[in-house]
Amino acid sequence: MPATISISQPQQRQFNPYSENGGTILAIAGADFSVIAGDTRQSEGYSIQTRYAPKVFQLTDKAVLAVNGFAADGNMFVKKVRQRLEWYRHAHAKDMPLRAIARLIQTMLYARRFFPFYVYNILGGIEEDGTGAVYSFDPVGSYEREACRAAGAAQSLVQPFLDNQIYFKNQTAAPGTSHPVHLPLSTVLSLVIDSFTSATERHIEVGDGLEMYVVLAKGSTAFQTLGGVRGIQELTATEDGEKVFIIRRELKKD
Amino acid sequence: MAEKGLPLPKATSTGTTIVGCLFKDGIVLGADTRATEGPIVADKNCEKIHYITESIRCCGAGTAADTEFTTALISSNMELHALSTGRKPRVVTAMTMLKQMLFRYQGHVGAALVLGGVDATGPHLFTIHPHGSTDKLPYVTMGSGSLAAMAVFESGWTANMERDAALNLVKAAISAGIFNDLGSGSNIDACIITASHTEMLRNVEMPNQRVTKERSYGFRRGTTAWKTESVRDLIVSEEMTWVGGDAMDTT
Amino acid sequence: MPMERILSPNDPITAPKMPSLPASSTHITGTSVLAIKFKDGIMMAADNLASYGSLARFKDMQRLQAVGEHTVIGAGGDMSDFQYIQAMLDELIIDEFTAQDGHSLGPAEIHEYLAQVMYARRSKMNPLWNAILVGGVKDGKRIWKINLVLPPRRFLSFVDLLGTTYSASTLATGYGAHIAQPLLRTAVEGKEDILTAEDALKILEQSMKVLYYRDARSIDKYQVATITARGISISESRRLETSWSFAEGIRGYGAQTQ
Repeated sequence: MPATISISQPQQRQFNPYSENGGTILAIAGADFSVIAGDTRQSEGYSIQTRYAPKVFQLTDKAVLAVNGFAADGNMFVKKVRQRLEWYRHAHAKDMPLRAIARLIQTMLYARRFFPFYVYNILGGIEEDGTGAVYSFDPVGSYEREACRAAGAAQSLVQPFLDNQIYFKNQTAAPGTSHPVHLPLSTVLSLVIDSFTSATERHIEVGDGLEMYVVLAKGSTAFQTLGGVRGIQELTATEDGEKVFIIRRELKKD
Repeated sequence: MAEKGLPLPKATSTGTTIVGCLFKDGIVLGADTRATEGPIVADKNCEKIHYITESIRCCGAGTAADTEFTTALISSNMELHALSTGRKPRVVTAMTMLKQMLFRYQGHVGAALVLGGVDATGPHLFTIHPHGSTDKLPYVTMGSGSLAAMAVFESGWTANMERDAALNLVKAAISAGIFNDLGSGSNIDACIITASHTEMLRNVEMPNQRVTKERSYGFRRGTTAWKTESVRDLIVSEEMTWVGGDAMDTT
Repeated sequence: MPMERILSPNDPITAPKMPSLPASSTHITGTSVLAIKFKDGIMMAADNLASYGSLARFKDMQRLQAVGEHTVIGAGGDMSDFQYIQAMLDELIIDEFTAQDGHSLGPAEIHEYLAQVMYARRSKMNPLWNAILVGGVKDGKRIWKINLVLPPRRFLSFVDLLGTTYSASTLATGYGAHIAQPLLRTAVEGKEDILTAEDALKILEQSMKVLYYRDARSIDKYQVATITARGISISESRRLETSWSFAEGIRGYGAQTQ
């Protein structure tokens, strides 16, 4: 066959390896507890794929990870983090500390610098010193420890609310008083619920269900608060002393 | 303009599920009440069923401003037409005015409409697309929730339905949009048009009530910081000098 | 199976016969797949059309496939990619059977495997162009400590060319996600443990009918798969009963009356 004849190859269709699956996550650190929450709607475009797809995952009894962005990347990322944590357990006969998980997540994200996991991560839990902590990441691994962070579709709605209510931004304390550094668990849970019901009102991709994980430090007094909470479920797996709970709420479905 | 590199401002669009269906005595129109700006809900309870004449109404989907101005303009022209002819205006007249206007604008007026009404020639139902094409069908849907709503019509519509059955079908079609299409939400509006009467059922169903918040967000007086304080007297006082001696005799 | 099936659309012999089509549709594709949970298991439906762009090319395509003893998969999208997946799963099931270790793959395992394959292929920028539903029923787990056997568990999940996964009591791919899913949700949600196989069949029939009315790439010939603890059955092809009487009264599109 003459070299000039070219047989057309099947054309590769324009393929975008990413998608956006909506939803929002947030986490707030208290003095000796941490709350990590996310809605359960998974969407693509104007369609709801499912009303229940968890975005928040318990990693250990002191670490909970919320992932938001491209769902396939999110699930794969959680799977890989969990695999690394299991290897750590096998090597060291203990759970990896929170700050170490945070650093691990950074390296795992940056390892894919040029084909990133299109995922915003928020890690919440209890540090080795017993303090509540929140770490937030960008998709390629930049991270910092914070007291609170919102991410995802309604980040621009929720984060300013949190800045105002948690950091007391734009609020002057009454004369002779000062704003508290840490809020009690009951207040934090209320703020989380209000954040999500509000985001549901004004963002089309947020709704259906809410899952809030509460991680308590060893001997945390916040334990009392949880007694009266409707539909709470304990998920603690070890005898280390930290406790993990999940609280579920319905959100509007339109 | 957009092709020349000038980005157009994003208009408020009514993501929308709008429907209409024929029944024994006339037309039932239906709409959701969500208006969006991208993924943000701009209005939770907007009105998408617009007045054309007493017995002709029009649901609008697409660019909110375009649907509002287009229907308002045609409503005005229909009134003038009725005045000059001295007759009750017909649905086809409104339909023709709308399609000719939209065709003239070559799709740049982004109005997708469901037009329904009853006139001397009976009940009529049309859809009008942004480029000016029209359809005349016994049941129609438009907007981002049109597939969800049409699925309901395709499985539930029958000829010569009773008023209540038709209204319930329209409610079910709008509900399908509200709960399955992210561009649609909040409440259901409906409008029942018969030869003798038009009944606008605003918020006939409200299945998405806002829940009460866990906390109240009042702020203490003095919360907002300030740098300087200046108080201005809003009462104008003026000193008057009588130059002309005695006051004028006004008796 | 027709002979042409094995020839590539770019085959120099067949190519001149084929109209030139945009690159995005020069493949044999299938449209929606629907699936719902019901009292005793999962029911799935897909029509028998394989399209070549806008051409209704093959009307005997089987888009539902049993995988092992407990699972059925149904696929939309590129049919050659789907048949590659079928071959891959057949091999997987044979390997698993050959092990004779007392284990068999259930729907959850098949879905996980598929999700990993689909995600790996998208990550190589060479996706398998499908949206797949995986449904099944696998005997409940035996809890040895207290000698308890849990009741059979229904499983229904989705996976697509991006590796995106999710589950719900009603699922639909392609146009089905826009047209049939709203109907399925209202008919099934909250009634998963009440609906009988008969109810489930009625719901799917109705939804397939609506899809045939409104999806231009569908056909009125379809199959239904039922998966219960007793096993799998995939029906013969059946025809939808449709009604077009509404068209009688339609005259024109505007001012025209006769």
